[in-house]
Amino acid sequence: MHRLRSACGIFATAFCAAGVAIVLLVILGYVVREGIGALSLAFATQLPRPVGIPGGGVGNGIVGSAIIVGLAAVAAIPIGALTGVFLTYFGHGPLAATVRFLSDVLAGIPSIAIGLFAYTLLVAPMGHFSAWSASFAFAILMLPVIITTTESAIKGVARELYESAIALGIPPHRAIVHVILPSARAGITTGMVLAIARVTGETAPLLFTAFGSQFWEFNPNNPMAELSLQVFTYAISPYRSWHQQAWGGALILIFVVVFMNLAARVLLRPGIGRRVRAPLGS
Amino acid sequence: MCVRSYARVALLAVLSVIIPIASQVGAATQLTGAGSTFDYPFFSRAFYDYSQQNNDVTVNYQSIGSGGGIQQFIAKTVDFGASDVPADENELKQAGQPVLQIPVTLGSEAIGYNLPGIGKGLRLTRESIAAIYLGKITQWNDAELQKLNPDLKLPALPIVVVHRSDGSGTTYIFTDFLSAVSPEWKEKVGIGKSVQWPVGIGGKGNEGVAGQVRQTPGAIGYVELAYVLQNDMPYAQVRNRAGRYLYPSLATTRAAAATKPNVSSTDFSIVDAPGANAYPIAGYSWVMLYETSSDPKRAALVKAVMTWLVTKGQADAAAVDYVPLPDNVQRQALKILGDTKSEGAVQ
Amino acid sequence: MAKSEELRSGSDLGCARVSKGAETARAIVTTAPVQPPPSRLPATRPAAHRGRGFAACVYSATAIFLALVLALFVELSWKSRLAIETFGLSFLWTSAWNPVTNQFGALTFIYGTVVSSSIAIVLAAVVGILAGAFLAEFGPAWFTTPLSFLIELLAAIPSVVYGLWGLFVLAPVMRDYLEPWLQKYLGFLPFFTGAIYGIGMLTAGVVLAIMIVPTVTAISRDVMAAIPQSQREAIWALGASRWQGFWMVVLPGARAGVFGACALALGRALGETIATTMVIGNRPAISVSWFAPAYSLSSVIANEFTEATSQLYLSALIELGLLLFVISVIVNGLARLLLWTVFRPAED
Repeated sequence: MHRLRSACGIFATAFCAAGVAIVLLVILGYVVREGIGALSLAFATQLPRPVGIPGGGVGNGIVGSAIIVGLAAVAAIPIGALTGVFLTYFGHGPLAATVRFLSDVLAGIPSIAIGLFAYTLLVAPMGHFSAWSASFAFAILMLPVIITTTESAIKGVARELYESAIALGIPPHRAIVHVILPSARAGITTGMVLAIARVTGETAPLLFTAFGSQFWEFNPNNPMAELSLQVFTYAISPYRSWHQQAWGGALILIFVVVFMNLAARVLLRPGIGRRVRAPLGS
Repeated sequence: MCVRSYARVALLAVLSVIIPIASQVGAATQLTGAGSTFDYPFFSRAFYDYSQQNNDVTVNYQSIGSGGGIQQFIAKTVDFGASDVPADENELKQAGQPVLQIPVTLGSEAIGYNLPGIGKGLRLTRESIAAIYLGKITQWNDAELQKLNPDLKLPALPIVVVHRSDGSGTTYIFTDFLSAVSPEWKEKVGIGKSVQWPVGIGGKGNEGVAGQVRQTPGAIGYVELAYVLQNDMPYAQVRNRAGRYLYPSLATTRAAAATKPNVSSTDFSIVDAPGANAYPIAGYSWVMLYETSSDPKRAALVKAVMTWLVTKGQADAAAVDYVPLPDNVQRQALKILGDTKSEGAVQ
Repeated sequence: MAKSEELRSGSDLGCARVSKGAETARAIVTTAPVQPPPSRLPATRPAAHRGRGFAACVYSATAIFLALVLALFVELSWKSRLAIETFGLSFLWTSAWNPVTNQFGALTFIYGTVVSSSIAIVLAAVVGILAGAFLAEFGPAWFTTPLSFLIELLAAIPSVVYGLWGLFVLAPVMRDYLEPWLQKYLGFLPFFTGAIYGIGMLTAGVVLAIMIVPTVTAISRDVMAAIPQSQREAIWALGASRWQGFWMVVLPGARAGVFGACALALGRALGETIATTMVIGNRPAISVSWFAPAYSLSSVIANEFTEATSQLYLSALIELGLLLFVISVIVNGLARLLLWTVFRPAED
């Protein structure tokens, strides 16, 4: 009897996992079918061209996305990870509960409201659009994900590990940084990857922060092109050629995130989903 | 180990400062403009050509919406704004400085539909369009519609009305048209970039509306002309005030504009135009710029770009299915730009 | 002891015996979730000052985070004060939304947001937690590693792509197959009555669910994988099957992390703008049927913000953003209350 229930339970999990994977393949297949015609080396390295003039690409968007998301990650990952450490080791009672609660609340704010916040704080006083303001908005979007996953990951590391480190005379801050965090690597990496994937696909906050551009731009103090913004602008235009470029851009976006995901996983082993029981000091 | 990683970080920091600065050396002046999504394809083509001909100026125009364009123009975060509806008194007051507004291109709207078994050829009157959007005609085989189309067998399908969900100049022109032809619409709903629609579902952007119409049998929706010309969508002939059934096209739109020789930022509506060849659902799109600014060289550059836009730049409009300005309107725009003391300048 | 003899006998025990054994086993081996150590450790070691530096970093990071959230709330409130002064509390239960006459009310949007996000989180939580369980517990490693990777990829797809896919692929499927099927077999429920368009509340809920399921799956998977193997082995040794081990030991132990994952996912569903607006129908009307078009708070902000020019209109839109902040607070508050009172608390 319980064997049947067990079998049903396991089947349900396999069914759900397969279902999610199938939906992904369907969507991915659609994007590939629509966008593969636009992909080429030229597409990834050229500037956009106006409609009616053949060629052109999303080169500046790729560079812009890399710069904006990179700056956002540089800001959000330390702040988010340290706040996660706060929640597990330094915070107690109501304060920690409040921080955790506010992190969940922040996750629910629409990205356009956060873009507006970045506009008020950075664009209006500076008098012009810039990549800094976009990175600021993206960093805020990334924070809840990183905080939550860091906290979960650290809590998943056995308490004995920390206690053994302390017992060996390692000061607490070293124990956290050199023993606990590396052991929690897999979960923290998941958080980083999810956060980066999330913001790379965001468009709404960029309208009032990065603004966009048709030119090469490396200075974060200026308006900058961004790949998801280009995808959005092309997708809602009337022109077939631009639609195809939109899908091509979306494909590139997915490739970029895949690449980052792979890089993060490889550089920060152990592997995905395997149980983490790292020996002390690894 | 520590020294090596510090060295790496230091190198990275130095590069991240040098590269952005180096990329600015010798760069052209970049002007920024924001606003109407309708103008975007035309502007992207026109400014590209301008930069080819004038290497020292580049123009970065982004379509963040007409309202966004006006807001950013007032906040002075961009050099010029573009909007499908000119800035009104309130907004001009907020700008604090004298603002020039010029028409730069024309657009018109097609009524797309999806009737299984029926391709092109549907005929609609202005009043029937209003009645459909008010929710008074709900079936395709309604007697009134059938009377207009004696040689088409209209199916017994409910009419699925589709409109734009996002605020847009396209909606402004459409509701302006409906208000002109239907006093009931004018009273109940009014004119605006966003309105409270009596019936119908909203699609986001032209793609949203067109996509919805294409997939729903019995649907009807309004989209920009460039859209139906670039995609295969059956669209209706609309009877104009002179009694003729016309398709929207570059020619019929220009004819509508030609019926109003004096266009200004306070009197700009050309819907339901009286001409024989005039298509009734059309409107201008506007650009606003500062007459002077704290950087006079920059202000002069903007004026030069705009002067080019309403003259040589108009050749690019036709290339992307936009309607070039009629000659009289072009002259007016030039007057506004060239002569700051003329009656066209708005204080 | 008689009990331990009972526990040691055979591997194929009946359900009742296993559950009793499980209780005992849990009492013996289950460690409480990681308790934070006392933060005041004796500062006698020479490296103590660096420890204080580290603590300073941690505290300042948290302070920055709190300051940001506070500043965001203040800014949203400040910019919506015009609308708050004009409409007052009646904004919450008025359903008019008329930009021409400047009459604004949030009721239809609140309804749309709450219902579409509820549909999304229920679907995503069930599917996501089960999928995460498969990836962490039951699937073979050669299969789950690429599968995990594939599922995380779903998070990378831009929302405009989801919107377009939803409009062009999912909506026709809903219109031609799923919604008529639901109407035929479950039409006695008021949710599945009414005209079928393809787009609408249900389609928006499904698209949102697809968008947030990778978050739930990935985080649940990690949290479940982090449960020490010793706990599983303990209950297996008592005769439980893998499924029972999962259900009785892993899932309760992973409760807090899974909850966090769902909270994040719900947040994303509440705040999603572009994908929702393409498939929800954008009709500001309240209808009990899930087939009908609807309108959510973030969709209307995304649709109308860039074109709004009057100060009152802009202020009303920002007040909708503030409302979302408040709804997020209420929903998260209720959920945490549930976690604390109904289940035994799993965090400090």
